[in-house]
Amino acid sequence: MAVRVQTEDFDVGREIALLRQGKPQIGAVASFIGVVRDVNDGSAVAEMTLEHYPGMTEKSIDAIIGQAKARWDIFDALVIHRIGRLAPTDQIVLVVVTGAHRGDAFAACEFIMDYLKTSAPFWKKEQTPQGARWVESCASDDVAAERWRLKE
Amino acid sequence: MVTVIYFAHLREVLGKSSEQLVLPADVRDLDGLRRLLTSRGGAWSAELAPEKPVRAAVNQDMAQGDTRVHDGDEIAFFPPVTGG
Repeated sequence: MAVRVQTEDFDVGREIALLRQGKPQIGAVASFIGVVRDVNDGSAVAEMTLEHYPGMTEKSIDAIIGQAKARWDIFDALVIHRIGRLAPTDQIVLVVVTGAHRGDAFAACEFIMDYLKTSAPFWKKEQTPQGARWVESCASDDVAAERWRLKE
Repeated sequence: MVTVIYFAHLREVLGKSSEQLVLPADVRDLDGLRRLLTSRGGAWSAELAPEKPVRAAVNQDMAQGDTRVHDGDEIAFFPPVTGG
């Protein structure tokens, strides 16, 4: 498993190819890509800046992947999260999970993303026509993470 | 001595990204430290007030108000996270 926090963009095809290399036991690859939108909360977004807590970020995502591996039958997981300045249409985050079958790969991928949203220390600041503003957390993200807890 | 780090909105309004503090003997947990910081007044009392949705970590693990703090710890205060 791997976690990368980086300013540069990522190539999804290349990352998946690397993850699959030499592993003929893989039967399913589930992935999620988060992308910057040009609008949020009613305002146009020209640009955003992503800040994080170096060290804790990697540690917390490692822990999330560890939980996913304990819970579902998957082979591997990769998370790449970008930081710094990003513009609409830019890729922000990539989650890839490999497994033998799609069910566990899909579930683990969604779980990792939901938990990342509520427990990995990243913060977004948006530039809008009304000025710069820190994005506020969404109650719906807490609900999304919480539903995994209810299933246990 | 502990290191206290502030992120995002908190870093901006408090005007500080980190500081070294000597823990008074009566500060044993995160709530105690937060009360100490709040007593500085101004933005400190406004932003770290109990009703504010401030999150915290001790040694890079998410922590709660009753999480103990010890000499040498790295403690961080920040707003709810908004990554992904």
